[in-house]
Amino acid sequence: MFVGTVVYALINSVILLLMAIGFNLTFGISGVSNFAYGAFYILSAFVTWMLMNWIGVPYFLSAVLSIIFTAFIGAVMYRFILIRVRGQVLSEVIATFGIGLIILEFFRYLGFVGIEYSLPVFIDHSFVIAGTYVDMQRILIVVFCIVLILLLWLFIHHTSIGLAFRGIAQDERTALTFGIDSDWIAMLSVSMGAALAAIAATVVVPLGTISVGEGYDVLINALAVCIIGGLGSTGGVIVASLVVGFAQRFTDTYIGPHWTMIVSLVAILLVLIVKPSGLYGKQKELEERI
Amino acid sequence: MKKRKERIDRGIKVRSGDIFALCSWREMLYLSGPRLFPLIACAVLPLVLDTYWQRVLLSVAIFGLLAISWDILAQSSMVSLGQALFFGMGAYCSGAMDHYWHLSPFITIPLATIMGGVISTILLLPVLRLRGIYFAMVTLIIPLMLVRIIEATKILGGTEGISGLTSLPSHWIELYLSLAALLAALFGFRRLMDSDYGLVLKGINDNDRSVMNAGINIYWFKAQALFLSSAVGAFAGALMTHVYMFVGMPVFALDYSILPIAAVVVGGGGSLAGAVLGAFILVPLSEALRALGGLRIVFYGAFLVFFIVALPEGIFHFITRKYHQFERWVEVEK
Repeated sequence: MFVGTVVYALINSVILLLMAIGFNLTFGISGVSNFAYGAFYILSAFVTWMLMNWIGVPYFLSAVLSIIFTAFIGAVMYRFILIRVRGQVLSEVIATFGIGLIILEFFRYLGFVGIEYSLPVFIDHSFVIAGTYVDMQRILIVVFCIVLILLLWLFIHHTSIGLAFRGIAQDERTALTFGIDSDWIAMLSVSMGAALAAIAATVVVPLGTISVGEGYDVLINALAVCIIGGLGSTGGVIVASLVVGFAQRFTDTYIGPHWTMIVSLVAILLVLIVKPSGLYGKQKELEERI
Repeated sequence: MKKRKERIDRGIKVRSGDIFALCSWREMLYLSGPRLFPLIACAVLPLVLDTYWQRVLLSVAIFGLLAISWDILAQSSMVSLGQALFFGMGAYCSGAMDHYWHLSPFITIPLATIMGGVISTILLLPVLRLRGIYFAMVTLIIPLMLVRIIEATKILGGTEGISGLTSLPSHWIELYLSLAALLAALFGFRRLMDSDYGLVLKGINDNDRSVMNAGINIYWFKAQALFLSSAVGAFAGALMTHVYMFVGMPVFALDYSILPIAAVVVGGGGSLAGAVLGAFILVPLSEALRALGGLRIVFYGAFLVFFIVALPEGIFHFITRKYHQFERWVEVEK
């Protein structure tokens, strides 16, 4: 039981990490807190589903198409809405939250509710690891997540767009003087964040069904992990997803499922009180408290 | 031939800014009209509306109070995403006092207002030093957590809540009490924010360190502002408990946090009147959209995005400007 819990806690952490990485990327680069993140997650899952079941596109092609589509929607959201409220944190939050509401509730209105809305697993197979059943999809998620993190790291550190990303993350005005178009790069970062949400959806959603409520849960989980790790710090997000993932699984197994959410909320609260910018946050002391 | 828009104060505004306001009825009406209008509206509206819209008016007043409470906090540099905390505290305090001690609503409501305010202030006291988005996150999380704790420990009725509470003697009392509270909070706190005390609070919002530099203990002032605001929220909660004759986990729902913010966004922040105006627009609108079913929230979201992008100052400031100033196109000089 203990080993099984550890295995599932690890997988849970990886899922949390996948869900949070896009939110974190967008915030770390452009400072936009994208509250439509959960909506993008669900949007891409539904787009994949629609492409597969209404038009008959093969699964992998439709997944790729939906990731591209979600990235496009993210870019459009930045170009037409966020650009006007850029820098006003509260307005950004309200605008993106409003967009998230529009997307999610529109799907609910159209009646996309039920177990028939699910995506197939990649390979239907399961293993026994240390006496626990683990299915192939969960193993794939772990592998996929590691590859994704490596690719992201390479992208951020060894391409010119990655350099521009790091540039505007450090200082937007200085980056402007070096000829980096900060609006364009910020748009790319929002769109990449949306694409990462879509990627997370593609690999994680086959574990369950696509439900509108999941969109809000994804947002809350992403927020929790990012706050604990420190908004905008990738290392912090990895550590925090491990902390939250293990804490959730262990309370679920040993204390009771009612307490799962309380544990992560208490963790967030404590981190906010003691060290507001998170375990590995890079915010300056005076910006967080007086 | 380029043109630009020029804004000039209306003559009547200049005339009525001084003792000359007393020179004619027109000037006096110009000054008192905007202040009398909400008074008259609140006195007359309950009499002309049917029962269903009277309920809507009641929730307008409740959300107006919450929006005022949000705006007071925001003006003293604390952006809150959890008005539901104040609302829920008031609601549970009055509900519990009614259920366990069988006190009359006329005692529980004022008591719950004070108690809810004190408890919320104490809960938030450790994070008074946090600024901006960090404070907002804490306020967002506390109500979510309280719901889960009530669910897990089953205190105060647990998931079922406490039902069968005493109601107020008649629905006229409910309605007029809430409207009177709304107006009292609106005019009272507007006056407070214009006084020297309010100036300190606004100063904390503009530049906290320079207020500290002036030898003022900003944490003491922030705690007071927090108490004022949470007491307003708690009053709304306490009143609503006796109207529904029920208190349970829904009092910590996200609606009570989001709608007040939306009202301030639509109406315009920083004036309290904008908050009330926003509530008067949004709550009836959401009732009118009820026929659309699920699409209602979609419209709601679209409305929020539209206002944030197109009219970020809010309706109230827009109207104020039109009321005080006129605009004309003039040629740009070379």
